[in-house]
Formats: sequence, structure tokens, C-alpha cells
Amino acid sequence: MKFVTSISTLTAVLIASVANADSHCADGKTLNDGKLTIATGNPAYYPWVMDDSPESGQGFEAAVAYAVANAMGFENDDVVWVRSSFDEAIQPGPKNFDMNMQQYSITAERDEVVDFSDPYYTAPMAVLVSPGATDTNPTMESLKGLKWGAVGSTTAVAKLQNVIKPEQELLLYGDNADVNAAMSANQIDAALFDLPTALFLSAVMIEGSKVIGQFAADESDNPDNFGMLMEDGNPLKPCVDEALAELKGNGALAAIEATWLQDTTGVPLIK
Amino acid sequence: MAKSRRSEYDAAQKRRSIAIASASTIFVVLALIILVPMTPGWEKVQKSFFNTAVLYKSFPKLMEAFKVNVMIFAWSAPAIAVIGLLVALARSVHSPALFPLKVFSAIFTDVFRGVPVILTVYLIGFGIPGLGLPRPWNSPYIWGSVALVLTYSAYVAEIFRSGIESVHKSQRAAALSLGLTEQQAMRDVVLPQAVRNVMPSQMNMLIALQKDVSLLSFIGPVEIFRQAGVFKSLLANFTPYVGAALIFLAITVPATRYADYLMARQNRERQ
Amino acid sequence: MMYKLQLNNVVKTFGENIICDRINISARSGELVCLIGASGAGKSTLLRCINLLETIDDGEIILDGQDIAEPGLDPQPIRAKVGIVFQSFNLFPHMDAISNVMLAPRRVHKKTRAQLLEEITGLFERFGLKDQMYKYPDQLSGGQQQRVAIVRALAMKPEVMLLDEITSALDPQLVGEVLEVLFTLKDEGMTILMATHEMNFAKKAADKICFLKNGQVLEEGTPDWIFGPDAKQETKSFLSSF
Repeated sequence: MKFVTSISTLTAVLIASVANADSHCADGKTLNDGKLTIATGNPAYYPWVMDDSPESGQGFEAAVAYAVANAMGFENDDVVWVRSSFDEAIQPGPKNFDMNMQQYSITAERDEVVDFSDPYYTAPMAVLVSPGATDTNPTMESLKGLKWGAVGSTTAVAKLQNVIKPEQELLLYGDNADVNAAMSANQIDAALFDLPTALFLSAVMIEGSKVIGQFAADESDNPDNFGMLMEDGNPLKPCVDEALAELKGNGALAAIEATWLQDTTGVPLIK
Repeated sequence: MAKSRRSEYDAAQKRRSIAIASASTIFVVLALIILVPMTPGWEKVQKSFFNTAVLYKSFPKLMEAFKVNVMIFAWSAPAIAVIGLLVALARSVHSPALFPLKVFSAIFTDVFRGVPVILTVYLIGFGIPGLGLPRPWNSPYIWGSVALVLTYSAYVAEIFRSGIESVHKSQRAAALSLGLTEQQAMRDVVLPQAVRNVMPSQMNMLIALQKDVSLLSFIGPVEIFRQAGVFKSLLANFTPYVGAALIFLAITVPATRYADYLMARQNRERQ
Repeated sequence: MMYKLQLNNVVKTFGENIICDRINISARSGELVCLIGASGAGKSTLLRCINLLETIDDGEIILDGQDIAEPGLDPQPIRAKVGIVFQSFNLFPHMDAISNVMLAPRRVHKKTRAQLLEEITGLFERFGLKDQMYKYPDQLSGGQQQRVAIVRALAMKPEVMLLDEITSALDPQLVGEVLEVLFTLKDEGMTILMATHEMNFAKKAADKICFLKNGQVLEEGTPDWIFGPDAKQETKSFLSSF
């Protein structure tokens, strides 16, 4: 399995670097000349980054990061990883990274204070329920009756308040770890996560939990598109977008997605 | 009666100092009003922190969330007063049969004054429900409040204890000499004086509690700090936090002034 | 003939120091016994021992035939029978005068305020304190406070009254009103044991005077004897400073 994934990643990277035409775009636009500083979460979760080790290039976001870097003309050795909290990065102000990849959804409000690259993934939202609620039907009606929790600074809050509209008061937390703790303590029945993260949590983090359904990617007006977060007005953005366009065009991005996010089929749609 | 030359001089001096104080204050206020907006970056700061449109938009929901703070405070404060007093009395027993009580009380105050409140909130707020309690007994409102009550009781107990020790021992001697039992001497003579003596210090504890209620936001309840955070993420603006601060000040400033008044009155009585 | 109060070889030490060194004092019912002596002679400590605020190290304290200093006895009921008034009044500042006085009878004798009101009002009147009943201690003069303290002790209907230099903390012009009260008490037949520096009062009112020095009763006798020419040299030289 690992052999196959390594080959796929390598293939994607090779395609990207061979197809690379313009490696001068990023010159002089990064924090440190000749280096690309990329930030990720602390810790960084599967399947976005494997074993909390982005330098390995293993994991969907790690793989995309290296592919984009190569497409912009950086060698793998030129990529420097730093860590940041989710909240920290969406504050207005100068950053200590060139790009931040942490499953950031592109929203108009966030866009006023930071910049996003073009989307590199469109994430369906999925419902993760605690062991006590695994026989809940994947219908909007049933979802209303559950006790919901969410991370306060994410788009899940808006989705819950505007789309699902649960009967009981929401409980909000500072980060995913606390949401998990609340679910393990049976204080909440359900939480929204992007589908890959939800699958990971149900498999590994919260025993007995289950992903009972996903929302179609075009549900409501605002599907969750992940973009790389950058400082407001960062001149690097067009270079990143160009690199992403390339990877999309030659199928490298799709290959990476197929490699790391292949488990995301088989989860029923919420009706 | 003709004015003495002393009183005329004093009156003139008073007029002079009022004039100087007024001029000085006006000068400082004008300087602030005129010079601060002239600093570079003021516009950005104003937009981020003092944005009236955002304040207007977020205020109603902030007030709603503040009700949660008030509610938690309303049931925690009496519990803290009672438990604090009991722990202080336990520490003051004389009889050897009750020695274990004395030791327990000392350990209690050491532990809960020694651990940061936020740690206690996490450990008890997630830890105890994690032992498998059924709903609603595993609610974060219950166990978060328990954490607050345990912590604050320890501080309040120590203040009561110092109050009890500050009552001159001749009062206890006089009470005993009249034939009162130890318990009667404590209840009727020492304790009323002790409580009166430490009322200003306990007011300070009360004010601190009003603010520390926000720590429960970390384990789920959507009180004002968490709600301000949700707005910050939604609107990419810090003004909701400033709004929350203003609401807190509306409550704590009068409380602080009252505590100061009590302290001043007590000092006057001591002269 | 049985004594009301009898101290036999009472010894009290604090660490290395012997404060009371085999004290023998007796008082008949209705007698006023004055303890005189320099400060530090052990008078206060002795009185506190009789009231069981301190425990004695040896000896007997016999009240109405019962040894109240017997180890293992619960001191509380005994303290209710022995009244004591302190030099520094020790009124309870958070209560008015009448509440100060009523507290112990209510708690110990389980009476209600209503039951006590007539009797206590009478006490206040008898000692000239009718107008002070509802005042707080900090609103009273030193003399008034001390008289309230005496009334407070009397309200428990004690068998004997111990007075520990009760005029020493008062301004001279207030001493008289307090001493007047003691004449009244004596007339009513109360047994009184008092430590005092008021030699004129002792000469006039005491039935017996005990002179204490270094924790021992150096001499005891009637006022005529103690103040007379046949008293011991040390007694005379102590009295000469007054």
C-alpha cells in the first residue's frame, strides 16, 4: 500500500516538475529568498499530513504542497515547514509563512483580511456522531434532534445555524481536540467535519463513532473550498494560482486526491 | 462674619488648583483626540477594533450570550460562599477528634489555589463526564461550574480564615467566659465580626469570579467570550471582543467602586 | 462553716515560669475579697484560672463544695456559674448593649428575648444604664461600657463574680461610677473576688485583702490589718507607693 502511494506521489511530482514552464514567478516574493515557507497545523492530522510529519510529503496537503512548490520552481529541499494554530493564521496582519495549508475554507469575510489561493479541494461536509447516536438516519429531520458541537471559528457554525437548525443549543469549542473530548465524554452527539477528517476521527480518535452521512458538495450556496491561506495582498498569489492551474490541467492534482482521499466514497448523502 | 485672611488664602489656592487641574485635563484629552487619529495605522486599528457597524451587528447576540455568564455566576457565587465558609471553619476547629477535617481543609485550599483555574476547568469539565455519566449529569455547565466553585472556595476560605484569626482572641475568651460553647462563641461572636472584616476582600473575589466564568467557554457553553470569538471569525473583526469588554466593564466597574467604598468605610471605622 | 470559694495550693505555670505558686485563698458567701499586688504578680492569671479560661497545673478550686478544676470536667457549665469582667471590657462590638447582655442567657439558659426583657431591663435600670440599652459599644463611654460588661456577667446569675482590674483602663472621672456599682453588688450579697489598684475602695469595701507577690500570697487580712502598722514590711513598702 505504501509502495503504491509513494509511486503515485512521485508520479504526480514528476509530472508537475516536467510540465513546469515558468519558474521565475516566485522570485523575490517569498519571506526568505529561494525558500518557500509553508505552515500547517499543530498537530497536523491524517489524511492531510501523515504522522504529523509534513516534510515526508505524505498526506494530501503535504503532497499538494510539494507539487505546487515544484511547479513554482522550488526544490523539495527549499520547502521549510512551520506550525501555526488555525485561529492564529486568520487574524489580520503580517505572517511568518508564505502559505498556510490547514483545510481553510475560502469565505468572503476571511478574504477581507487574508488572501486565498484558488481552491485545491472541494470538501463535502460530513456528520460524525458519537457511539450513542450511530443509528440516526441521514435525514435533515433526524439531525435536528441531536446535540451538536462545533469549533467556534469554523464555517461549521454557520452551516449548523442556517441549514441544519438543531433544536438544542450548540456547544462551541476552541479546536477539534476539544470537540473530540466533548464527544468522548458524551456531552455532544454530533459534529460537522470535512469528510476526510470525519472518517479519520471515526476510525482512529473516537471509538464507536460513525460518519452517518455527508452533504453534497454543492449543498446550499457555499460549498467548502479549501484554499492556501496567505497574507493579505501577497504578490505570491498569482504564482501559486498559476501552479495550481497547471496541476489541475495535467491531472496531477486529481492523482494526488485519488491517492490520499480515496476512502471518501461510500458515505450516504444527507437527504 | 468677615472672612479671615486664612480662609481667603485657602479659597484662592483652591480656585487656582481647580483651574490648573482642568486645564491639564483638557490639554491631555485634546491631545488624545487630535494626535491619536493622526498616527499611521489608526484607520486600520479603528476598522479592526472600534468598528461601530460591527459593534451594532454583534451587540444583541453578545448580550444574549452574557446571560449565560450571569446565570453561571448566579448559581456559583452562593455555593462558593457556603463552601468557602465551611472549609474555613473546618480549618479553625480546636478539638482533636476533628483533626482529619483540619488536614483535609488545608490540602483542599493548597490544591485548588495551586492549580491554574483553566486546568481545573479542563480536568473536571471533560474528565469527570468522561467517566461515563449519563446526560444531563455530564453537562459542561455542571462540571465547569464545579471546577469554578472548588477553585474559588479555596481562595474564599483562606480569606475567611484570616478574618477569623483577625478577631482578637479576647472576644472568644469573653464569649467562653460567659458560658457559651466553642460553637456558640464562633457563630455568635467571632464569625459575625470576621465576615464583616473581610467583606471588601470577598468583594474582590466576587469581581474576579464574574470574569473567570468565561473560562467555561473552553468546554462548550456559548458565553460572551466564545460568542465574540464566533463573530470575530465570521466578520474577521476584533470589535466584538471590545464589545464584550464594554459589557464586562458595565458590571465590574460599579462592583469595584462598591468594594472600594466598603474598604474605605472599614478603614474609617478603624480610626 | 463552708466557704463559697476556696483555692487550695493552686499552681499555674507557663513553660518555665511559675505564675501562681501554691495559692491559698478563701471567700465566704457575700464576702468581697481584694487581690492587690504589682503587675505581673499573678492576679489576672489566677482569676482566669478560677473561671477555667486557663487550666491549673496543680491544686483545687472548690466552688460550693465542688472541685471545679478537676481534670476531665466540661468547663462550659462551670463558666456559666462564674462571672468575670475584664480590664478591657471585651463587649461584642457588632451587637448593641442589650444584645450583648442577652446573648449568653439565650444560648446557655435557652430563654427567649421576650422572656428576658423585663429582667434585663431591670438590671440596666439598677445600674443606671437605662438610656444605654440600645446603643452600640462604640457609642458608650469607658465607664458605661464597663458597667454594661458587669451587667452582662450578672445576667447569667453567677455564684461568684471575678473582677480583673476593671477600673484600670478608665479615665479617673469614670472610675467612681463603676465602683458605685460594686457597692450595690455587695449589698445584694454577691461573693466578689477582685484584683484592683484602687486602694481607697479596698480600704472601704473589702472584707479581706490578699497581697500577692511573685505568684504567692505574701499576706492576707482585714483592711485594718493590711493598712495598719502591723503589716509585713513588703506589704507596707508596696502600699507606700499609693
